[in-house]
Amino acid sequence: MFAYIIKRLLYAVPIALAVTLVAFLLVHIAPGDALNAIAPADAPAETIAALKAAYGLDRPLPVQYGLWLGRALQGDLGASIATGRSVTSEVMAAVGNTLSLAGVAAIIGVLAGCVLGGIAGYRHGGWVDRIATFISVIGVSVPHYWLGLVLTIVFSITLGWLPAMGAGPEGGWFLDGAHLPYIVLPALTMAVVPMGILTRTVRAVVVDILAQDFVQALRAKGLGNRRIFRHVAKNAAPTVLAVAGLQLGYLMGGSILIETVFAWPGTGFLLNTAIFQRDLPLLQGTLLVLCLFFVLLNLLVDIAQPFIDPRMRRT
Amino acid sequence: MSALEQSAVADRGGPAQPLLSVKGLQKHFPVRESGALPWVKKGPARKVHAVDGVDFAVAKGETLGIVGESGCGKSTTARLIARLIDADQGSLVFDGEGVAEFGGMALKDYRRNLQMVFQDSFASLNPRLTMEEAIAFGPRAHGLPAKEASARARALLARVGLAPEQFGGRYAHELSGGQRQRVNIARALAFEPRLLILDEAVAALDKSVQAQVLNLLRELKEERGLTYLFISHDLHVVRYFSDRVMVMYLGQVVEIGPVEAIYGAARHPYTGALLSAVPSMDPANRTQRSPLAGDPPNPIDPPAGCRFRDRCVNARAVCAEQAPRMLPLDADGRHFARCHMNDPASGYASSAPAANPEAVQ
Amino acid sequence: MSLALDAGSAPATLPAQRSRGYWSRVLRRLSRDPVTLACAAILLLILLAAVFAPLIAPADPFKGSMIKRLQPIGAEGFLLGTDELGRDMLTRLIYGGRQSLLMGVLPVVLAFGIGTTIGVIAGYVGGRVNMVIMRTLDVFYAFPSVLLAVAISGALGAGLNNCLLALTLVFVPQVTRVAESVTTQVRQLDYIEAARMSGAGPWMIVREQVLGNVLGPVFVYSTGLISVCMILASGLSFLGLGVKPPEPEWGLMLNTLRPAIFQNPLVAALPGAMIFITSICFNLLADGIRSAMDIRS
Repeated sequence: MFAYIIKRLLYAVPIALAVTLVAFLLVHIAPGDALNAIAPADAPAETIAALKAAYGLDRPLPVQYGLWLGRALQGDLGASIATGRSVTSEVMAAVGNTLSLAGVAAIIGVLAGCVLGGIAGYRHGGWVDRIATFISVIGVSVPHYWLGLVLTIVFSITLGWLPAMGAGPEGGWFLDGAHLPYIVLPALTMAVVPMGILTRTVRAVVVDILAQDFVQALRAKGLGNRRIFRHVAKNAAPTVLAVAGLQLGYLMGGSILIETVFAWPGTGFLLNTAIFQRDLPLLQGTLLVLCLFFVLLNLLVDIAQPFIDPRMRRT
Repeated sequence: MSALEQSAVADRGGPAQPLLSVKGLQKHFPVRESGALPWVKKGPARKVHAVDGVDFAVAKGETLGIVGESGCGKSTTARLIARLIDADQGSLVFDGEGVAEFGGMALKDYRRNLQMVFQDSFASLNPRLTMEEAIAFGPRAHGLPAKEASARARALLARVGLAPEQFGGRYAHELSGGQRQRVNIARALAFEPRLLILDEAVAALDKSVQAQVLNLLRELKEERGLTYLFISHDLHVVRYFSDRVMVMYLGQVVEIGPVEAIYGAARHPYTGALLSAVPSMDPANRTQRSPLAGDPPNPIDPPAGCRFRDRCVNARAVCAEQAPRMLPLDADGRHFARCHMNDPASGYASSAPAANPEAVQ
Repeated sequence: MSLALDAGSAPATLPAQRSRGYWSRVLRRLSRDPVTLACAAILLLILLAAVFAPLIAPADPFKGSMIKRLQPIGAEGFLLGTDELGRDMLTRLIYGGRQSLLMGVLPVVLAFGIGTTIGVIAGYVGGRVNMVIMRTLDVFYAFPSVLLAVAISGALGAGLNNCLLALTLVFVPQVTRVAESVTTQVRQLDYIEAARMSGAGPWMIVREQVLGNVLGPVFVYSTGLISVCMILASGLSFLGLGVKPPEPEWGLMLNTLRPAIFQNPLVAALPGAMIFITSICFNLLADGIRSAMDIRS
């Protein structure tokens, strides 16, 4: 198992490196000049050249990548072209907000998905199953950015119960009474997709496990539903964990739409700003941090697997 | 249609020349090392000795049975002969001509002369093809026009006892196991092969169906002058069906000889143990104990000396020291065994008995 | 079929009575599934409306009126009201289906073609080729799909073509992975060994023996992607990274109508409802196809 963990860790290194390369290159395939955001189009050639030199844009691409990666490893992602502020600090402030939102959404989604899926799997074929399945289909089919708008219309505009935008006072989100109402709508909206996917997964796994011979044997031994549930939960855990972990990653990466709808001051919002202001260092930095988070999360899920799944303990 | 027949290898050397001789066949599968650091070598690479120096010849028109426990290398040998996997070492000579060597017989020609029937009748038929399409695929691959290939497929279906108008358009799941195996036989016969490898071909069938399929194989052999390599773990069937029998243990041939010699006067303790493990048809003659204890040793590290010694009741010190040779045991040189007990020069008689925990006394 | 010729060359005089093929059985099962049929009908309706939009739509999708902005649903002359520039909503929703369906379906079709090709090659050839291809794809798996799509179209700039390119790139690795794993499984089956024994070349084996067994599962998987692609594509437009105004497209309409949620929430929510309906129909259709193709008898 130790060998497996080491191996998995080492395997993550080339992936992480490749991710940095893609994040770097993506921004450089962008058409148009990186300096459009700060230099007027009719600026004299010397000014442009000086600015290029200042941002290191006059060097060959591999050198730029090397320098950028070297600085990134030390935590320096450059300065935002639009605001001049450090990209690292901007991204780190935003990551916290996104992580809170994605985390709360993941907890809601996974819990709801496990409950719905578990019930549907147990009552396989019955009307409860049909309702749960239908809810899960809605969950994976609904354009969540639209759902966000609909929830805003209902709960903020019509009923006036919850705030429609932002993360509350001071711009950032914390777990306290003043901030709590702000996260309700975006988190609920965000939770819909993982809920749908988890419901499907859990239902399939539970149906599968209940059909296996060992469950028949347990029933024959006279075990009640509650005791059998423990066996089912144990067997379903590895799959559920893997899917849930992946979903948290997708939420973090996919938060851009929800954050745009709710003006949530997270990475998605930052990404949006960076794209439309063509702020390349900010875009690169945000992309990089989000992707590395995702790689890390996948790594954690994989490493956790053998602890939950005895079949994986033998290497 | 004639182009297909012409390129098939006609009998060249006459009946005295073996149809297929196999020399020094060897296949070691590398073991996937799942170490922490893949690029750090941890000593010599370990290998599964699946087939380790197998020699034998098949005469024209005979049926050679191959028996042994699972994992002994029977199926790997079959796949090596069929060239489905490449051997590390060894040569195949088909009717006097080397296979796929420089200037030898091309692989495509060789495969036309040799076909295989697998154990799993369902897995060996493509679920998306009708039986007629499945049989016609091979001839088409050899350039026969589609219409002629279908005609041949229907003729073959009829020959193996399946009415073509009834079965030709069916899919694999619509047939019974015996019917599917008949189709597999028809497919194997689609370009008049001379050698048929039957890899546990009847093992998955019910006893009554098994007998029917075996009888069909007998008829086809008579009719077409076929030669069979009959791989099976069922010693009764092998005895009924084969002319000669080859016994394999851990990737090696331990005994080979005419069926009456093997079943009547086995000279290798493993063959003896294998045969006494067969339930007897006579209730008065029941086996009292299992003569083969334990599992075969790990083929990754076969024991030095005789590979069977750990499980052999007759093992002595010499068995651990040197590997026994394959020795002829009869005057006409048809019966061979690989055991020190048959070798006066081995020093077995004077060697001390070995302490052997695994062998049942 | 020429019966006479066959009769001369084969002892069997009748051509084989072909069993009901796999696909015809799938179709028959589909035709007995009311939910799937209903979804297919709705999608067909939306598609036909989009294709024949100029004939059906009551108004000009680009012509607005400043005095008739944000008319409510059921307003005189505007069945579904008007948008923020006074353009007829019904017309724009009908026209919007063109771009939205295109962006939802085309990337999946392209990814199906490209991904199946790469995946079958990787799976059938195996070994080093497989490793290089699959490890390269692992890099794309390190990006959440929304982020990848946003990053690519953000880098390339807004526009329909860039958007299609970004979405295709998102789905190719996923399709490839499925095609590769199915091919690897199929390749190990005895019937492929039997086909190799027959002396057929790899190309013929792949075409006639492998593809028939790989395309089904990959197709099922890909149909499930259409709904995701729809949502993602409209999402890109919603962010301003897809189709450019004044083109009618559901995601973009949702974006431009956002400020109107205070005055006329129902109208503002309409484009999203269209995305929802289409995407749920594609999802249910994909489910129906999956269970119809899962014949284990």
